[in-house]
Amino acid sequence: MSSLRRLAMLILVLVYAAGLAANWLAPAHYAAQFRDAPDAAPSRKFPLGTDAVGRDVLSRLIYGTRVSLVLAPAAAILATMVAGLLGGVAGYLGGGMEAVILRAADLFVSLPWLFLLITVRAMLPLNVPPVESVLVTFLLLGLLGWAGPARVVGATARVIRRQDFVLQARASGSGGFRLLALHVLPNLKPILLAQFWISVPVFILSEANLGFLGLGVGEPVPSWGGLLREIENVQAVAANPWLLAPLALLVVVVGCFHLLTPPEDYSK
Amino acid sequence: MKRRAFLLILACGILCGVVAAATIGPQSGGELRFCVRADPKTFNPILVEEEPGETVRYLTGGVLIRLNRITQELEPELAMSWRVINGGRTIQFELRDGLRYSDGSALAASDVAFTMNTLLDPKLHSITGDMFRTGPGLISAGVTGRNKIEITFPQPVAGLARFFDQVPVVSPRALALAAQPAQMPVAGPYRIEEYKPGSHVLLVRNPYYWKRDAAGHPLPYLDRVRISIQQNRDLEMLRFLRGELDFVVPVDPESFDRLAAHARAEAVDAGSSLDAEFIWFNQVASAPIPAYKKAWFQSQEFRRAISEAINREDICRVVYRKHAVPAAGPVSAANRFWFNSRLKAQPHDPAAALARLKQAGFRTVGGGLQDRQGNPVEFSLITNSGNKTRERMAAMMQQDLAGIGIKLNVVPLDFPSLLERISRSFNYEASMLGFVNVDLDPNGQMNVWVSSAEMHQWNPSQKSPATAWEAEIDRLMLAQSSELGPRKRKALFDRVQEIVWEEAPFVYLVNPNALSAISTRLKNVQPSVLRPQTFWNVERLTLAP
Repeated sequence: MSSLRRLAMLILVLVYAAGLAANWLAPAHYAAQFRDAPDAAPSRKFPLGTDAVGRDVLSRLIYGTRVSLVLAPAAAILATMVAGLLGGVAGYLGGGMEAVILRAADLFVSLPWLFLLITVRAMLPLNVPPVESVLVTFLLLGLLGWAGPARVVGATARVIRRQDFVLQARASGSGGFRLLALHVLPNLKPILLAQFWISVPVFILSEANLGFLGLGVGEPVPSWGGLLREIENVQAVAANPWLLAPLALLVVVVGCFHLLTPPEDYSK
Repeated sequence: MKRRAFLLILACGILCGVVAAATIGPQSGGELRFCVRADPKTFNPILVEEEPGETVRYLTGGVLIRLNRITQELEPELAMSWRVINGGRTIQFELRDGLRYSDGSALAASDVAFTMNTLLDPKLHSITGDMFRTGPGLISAGVTGRNKIEITFPQPVAGLARFFDQVPVVSPRALALAAQPAQMPVAGPYRIEEYKPGSHVLLVRNPYYWKRDAAGHPLPYLDRVRISIQQNRDLEMLRFLRGELDFVVPVDPESFDRLAAHARAEAVDAGSSLDAEFIWFNQVASAPIPAYKKAWFQSQEFRRAISEAINREDICRVVYRKHAVPAAGPVSAANRFWFNSRLKAQPHDPAAALARLKQAGFRTVGGGLQDRQGNPVEFSLITNSGNKTRERMAAMMQQDLAGIGIKLNVVPLDFPSLLERISRSFNYEASMLGFVNVDLDPNGQMNVWVSSAEMHQWNPSQKSPATAWEAEIDRLMLAQSSELGPRKRKALFDRVQEIVWEEAPFVYLVNPNALSAISTRLKNVQPSVLRPQTFWNVERLTLAP
């Protein structure tokens, strides 16, 4: 393991550990409002300043890590698994099955999900506790995020199906599930990992956007997506650059995830 | 000799310059630029009902009477004088001589009659026309002499003259050309030159506008007004800071404080506006919410306790950065005549709130509040998503109510979903929204306070008043609407405000201040708390070179 990858691993461990130890590490509770210090600049008491209602941003960032860094990867795993299964089967089997699955993926991508999400919100009771709201949000993201990756996986599986080593395996009598499990799926791993890493930041940001529909993570529970909504106002960011702290952390974490991705290539 | 000639030419030049300046008027010319949030839905002045359309109508429409946004007094415009007679049923106007539309055609008294007959045509459903309707029957509008017109209503109309501030006089030709706004003749200071959907509306000076300043210079001073259509508030502010716009209104408190340090901008706080932010509880009998929650929401004690538990001072200080005042009731102190000064905003008193709740049968168990049946007191509050001010207020109320053991779930919803819940399905528990008041007169709030009205949000469209106090409000509102004496009307409406304070169907939170950002280039601006706050005196605005 290179030193860069070791560093990335260390950073991720530290970030996850901070999220899990939020109760002990955070200087204040995420919901505590210091109303005498709204929008405060960084100080010893508030290392990353406070938000508009006087909540300590560092504390919210640490607690938000718990929500975003556990649930966004979980949703990404769900989406990637569904994509791997359907895309892999489509690419491996080809023919009618491939056409059906890929057309279904096309249809899924083209559907107006905004309206579906509005319907889901309408069906959910308004008094959903924040924790359940968080779980529903990320479950939705995971279930809705498979179609794009499935098309990529399907195309890759189709290429693998025609590779020499697959033909050799087939000629040696290997086929069916054995061929899929031992020769095709392992070679899809880099693609699946790439799709997974791409999905994590996308889901973190999607969660923030879902807040607009009354889904998302409800007040006062913090999430990275919610914290990122604070930087929508360009002037506010220009005046208070420390508002970019959640974005900086997101970039670092996603960068670390990418560094840890095995540099394998199925064509090797 | 040469020097003498030079001095003579110089003196003549200076004299000509002075004379020219005096003839043209103070800093004539230039283009005023600002933004509206959306395209005007119509340019037909009779049918306008939203802010962008109202903005264009204000700038292009010639009205008989104009409300001075600073003094809150009526001033003559196209009408030299007016008189309300016949117990408030009839109003007589005398028009100025020589009035013309922007195409040069004469504005006649018969056009006023045409305007009123069209405005009150029930088939048109004009919101402006609705203001004049106090009972069944037809109006009669007739020309009684040269430049004289008399309009008679079937019932007395309280505050009749004031309504004409929103009635631009139109000709039949103007309405026929409303779909081609650039051809539509108007009698206001500007006419529409160009409309590019999604981009801008360009207005140019009406060459036939009647008004002149004290020195006899023709008004308006500015040649053009460019109204850009810009939905994004952040982009609007960026354009303003780059000098592409002359003002932004309204400005949120966060931007306001930042603007105060900007050299090219003047951040103006005109004081408390007519608007109010408030919450209310769903009291609709058929609402699909648990019966025990309906019982809470229908309890005056519960509503009053919630009101007492909310720290309005903190909301003003933290969310509005001191650019708001705690609200006492439906009328802001900015409405000088109609505000009931005996009412004070509910002070933050969690101990009193708890005592009130205990008196009503609630009790605290393990830090949480429970009702008589042991149901934990928890309810959801819906508000429109994307409105950071409201989301922050909700977060603060969440903490305030947690202090007395109440769990508040804040649910921001997209606006169509929110409207669907509060006006059709009634599937909600509490909601937070704001009133944008444009009218000083209580008749403008008729559709809120009368129990049969659709905007009676806590329990709309009632066939008969559900409670005795709502029946009393109905009676008082109808009485004030047909009463002509301002003092008697004030006494009646004062009582309405008192009942609303006592019963708290709306828990009023704050009256935000009217904040605007004005370029230092723009002169003669007199920001007002009344709409249009910044350009109400558009004819006298000028731009520094």
